[in-house]
Amino acid sequence: MKGNNPAFRRYTWSVMLLMTAYVLVLIGVNLYFDNSAPTGAAAYAAAILPALPIVGVFIVIGRLLVDLRSDEYVRMLLVRQTLVATAFALTVATVWGFLEGFDLAPHLEAYWFAVLWFGGLGVGGCANAFLESRGGGE
Amino acid sequence: MNNHLRVLRAERGWSQADLAERLEVSRQSVNAIETGKYDPSLPLAFRIAELFGLSIEEVFVSPAHQSSRAI
Repeated sequence: MKGNNPAFRRYTWSVMLLMTAYVLVLIGVNLYFDNSAPTGAAAYAAAILPALPIVGVFIVIGRLLVDLRSDEYVRMLLVRQTLVATAFALTVATVWGFLEGFDLAPHLEAYWFAVLWFGGLGVGGCANAFLESRGGGE
Repeated sequence: MNNHLRVLRAERGWSQADLAERLEVSRQSVNAIETGKYDPSLPLAFRIAELFGLSIEEVFVSPAHQSSRAI
């Protein structure tokens, strides 16, 4: 179904483009910091650049939810998947934050929680498969 | 929620994909509704009923009727 749905095709292409942009920008910004050691506003602007494609993926997922308004069941599955991902990422972030606060875990850059959220989408997909196999889980 | 979608569809010789195309939803959605895994919203239930030229009650079985029959 996903392959035939234009909303999913657009989503897949958008994510591929954004991930390509992310890799290229990340390499470029790393080279920039290694070679130019920027400071001030230029450093802040350059450091934020790799985050933008990731933010773009969040926007693309939001747009997918909007585009799926006519297919309410698939939209419900995607909403549940993203809620599971959010719960998963926030749970790990909270637990890790306290562990780090008590010096029981090393410092973790906050962007890793976005990575966890994307991993959480996989967990959400598994939750969907499990709940749907049991009769919908509503 | 139980319904008569499978029978209504079969009477017209439609596959799940045919029905999905007519309703502008995925086949996955039709399957979920047909098997009672997912209860459609009122607007979608109306679309389904109108597609078959029936009332909602003729397509979907009221949960109240189901429970009273069970008693």
